[in-house]
Amino acid sequence: MTAQVSSDKRSAVSRLWNDKESRSVMIQVITIGALFALFFYLGVNAYLNLKAIGKDLSFEFLWQPASYDINQTLIEYTSRSTHFRAMIVGLLNTLLVAVAGIMLATILGFIVGVLRLTKNWLVNRIAYCYVEALRNVPLLLWILLIHGVVVGTLPAVRDALGLGDIFFLSNRGLYAPSATFEPLFLATVIAFIAGIVFSIWFKRRAKKIQEETGRILPVLWTVLAAILLFPIVVFLVTGLPVQWSIPELKGFNFAGGFSIKPEFLALWLALSIYTSAFIAEIVRSGILAVAHGQTEAAGALGLRTNRTLQLIVVPQALRVIVPPLTSQYLNLTKNSSLAIAIGYMDIVATIGGISLNQTGREMECMALVLIIYLSFSLSISMFMNWYNKRIKLVER
Amino acid sequence: MTDISQKTYAPGQHPDLPPPALTTGVLGWMRANLFSSVGNGILTLAALAVLAVVLPKVLDFVFFDAVFFAEDRQECQALGSGACWAVIIERFQVSIYAFYPDELRWRPNLAFVLLFVALGPLLFDKFPARKQMLFFSMIYPFLAAWLVVGGLGLEPVETNKFGGVMLTIIIGVTGIVGSLPLGIVLALGRVSNLPAVKIVCVGFIEFIRGVPLIALLFIASTMLNYFLPPGTEFDLLLRVLIMVTLFSSAYIAEVVRGGLQAVAKGQYEAADSMGLTYWQSMRLIVLPQALKISIPGIVNTFIGLYKDTTLVIIIGLLDVLGVMKSALADPKWNGLAVEVYIYTAVFFFISCFAMSRYSLYLEKKLHTGHKR
Repeated sequence: MTAQVSSDKRSAVSRLWNDKESRSVMIQVITIGALFALFFYLGVNAYLNLKAIGKDLSFEFLWQPASYDINQTLIEYTSRSTHFRAMIVGLLNTLLVAVAGIMLATILGFIVGVLRLTKNWLVNRIAYCYVEALRNVPLLLWILLIHGVVVGTLPAVRDALGLGDIFFLSNRGLYAPSATFEPLFLATVIAFIAGIVFSIWFKRRAKKIQEETGRILPVLWTVLAAILLFPIVVFLVTGLPVQWSIPELKGFNFAGGFSIKPEFLALWLALSIYTSAFIAEIVRSGILAVAHGQTEAAGALGLRTNRTLQLIVVPQALRVIVPPLTSQYLNLTKNSSLAIAIGYMDIVATIGGISLNQTGREMECMALVLIIYLSFSLSISMFMNWYNKRIKLVER
Repeated sequence: MTDISQKTYAPGQHPDLPPPALTTGVLGWMRANLFSSVGNGILTLAALAVLAVVLPKVLDFVFFDAVFFAEDRQECQALGSGACWAVIIERFQVSIYAFYPDELRWRPNLAFVLLFVALGPLLFDKFPARKQMLFFSMIYPFLAAWLVVGGLGLEPVETNKFGGVMLTIIIGVTGIVGSLPLGIVLALGRVSNLPAVKIVCVGFIEFIRGVPLIALLFIASTMLNYFLPPGTEFDLLLRVLIMVTLFSSAYIAEVVRGGLQAVAKGQYEAADSMGLTYWQSMRLIVLPQALKISIPGIVNTFIGLYKDTTLVIIIGLLDVLGVMKSALADPKWNGLAVEVYIYTAVFFFISCFAMSRYSLYLEKKLHTGHKR
């Protein structure tokens, strides 16, 4: 009797397990249950631990004075500002080095990527060495090495390397002239924006004319003239409404102009050249991924080399290049957290470093750091998804 | 020399003329590869000019003006104006073993040699007695851990004495060994059609990929104790190993997912129609193909992981970079940062370049399609 019941039970369980639907429900219930159990376990432990040392979870400390200095700030900040403001300063510094790094890395990466494809043996080899040397050495080492070179081998302020008495490079950083804009400068800005708007309109019109009549308008030159020449002319006509403040050696340091700190310089250069090696490989493989038949077909249609590149190769290569490129941008942004190794005050060094040590609020500080980085990466992924959808190959 | 153009030949009997001088030999090669057009010529000359300026300076610094044997930095500066490699020579032993006890160094050495014995059958399919050796590869991680940490008959060594190249390799190899299976499971979870499993895996992967490794290491070093039962003491190295493994498993998962999606749908359907269970079809049909496709990506992730091991110096572990940096604090060698960094860079370059060459070799071997 009992044996029969148990065998019935077993068969019921095995029947459930062998049924596809009920099994998938069971697996999912187990997964979710295990996850909740894990979180519950961690939560209880955290609660007990915090209780034992008399801590609570609170973000009150954000409004207390930070009482530490930050040597590079984009917004006003003194040591009496709050931890929250310190965090914003760090966030802006992270964004600054990330944006500057992305720009330089993209330019360098595209140049090197194209050089990797030239038939010129020497240039090809040099580009190859550049890529391999950079890719195979840890980024942290590059940051430290460049920082070591900037601080250790560049001359002291007194013997700063000057470029035409306008730019000065010393171990305290790079000094460059800063500009003060007069109200009339607004005209130049407006001219620039007008140039861009005109270029977009002109490009559309040129495309329409080409599709209707086959006539090709000189788009590139018109666009260059509208965006560059026109604002420059306006700038000259309005009488150069800018005042330059040129750095001058006064006492032990330069006065006037604006300065780029060696920490920023080292981090920016290291991030850019390191990432540029990866971008170069992405660009190279993207261009190689365009089937050779495409170039040949363009040639057969009678397109010139630059039109082939512009209309056939680049649009198809971009489809391959952009997704990994954005993930490199994201990597660069995350890698900027290595700033802490040379004392550049980014988000990890401010709220996740000094603020954390001063207030002892590890949970809150690290949570803020994680949330900020996650929001970066989520917004970039969202852009990626949008872009992928837009350029997706339309297949039959 | 006879002038062949003066002679007359019967049709078809004219001896072959030599190829034009500019298309063969060194000149021909240079013309084809360096000066094929005006633009290329300018590019070549510019590159040569840059090399002529940079190379002599670099060579002088690294070799000709460098000092290899000296007692301290002052002596180095007196002897030559180039690099002071004496610091590397003096610290070489320390850079490899850090504070590992002298008399026990045979143990990490043995583990290191056995690493290649264990890797051989995994990496090269023509390895002798591969099947039997794969068993050794499977028990190797435990054997190596036993050799390095000690216990069970060997004298135990505290993990805070680990450092240098040894620590770099320990973290790298553990991360690699641990993250591959975990990454495969995560990838399978991500493409699974069970929504709950999928959400958990996507959440984990996206979280890890969205934050920098530094932040995770900070969490491991400062906060992890909060989440463990009160009073638990947890070895710092172990915490770092776990974090590094979790970190790189998320990246491996994305690479493997790419491979899984590249396997033709017919393969999944064929496996189903054969009546294979999920795990059978994965193990026998899908994963072998998916992993083959994703091998280059996996090796790249491993290289990334290996390079990322340097970040542990920020939370106070002394890997090869950390140990060498501590030499800079020594007043004897104060200020020789560039030399120390170059040495470490060369170490990483050699190991990472070897890995990337291996990945190229695999790519070539597994490439079964057409080549242009």
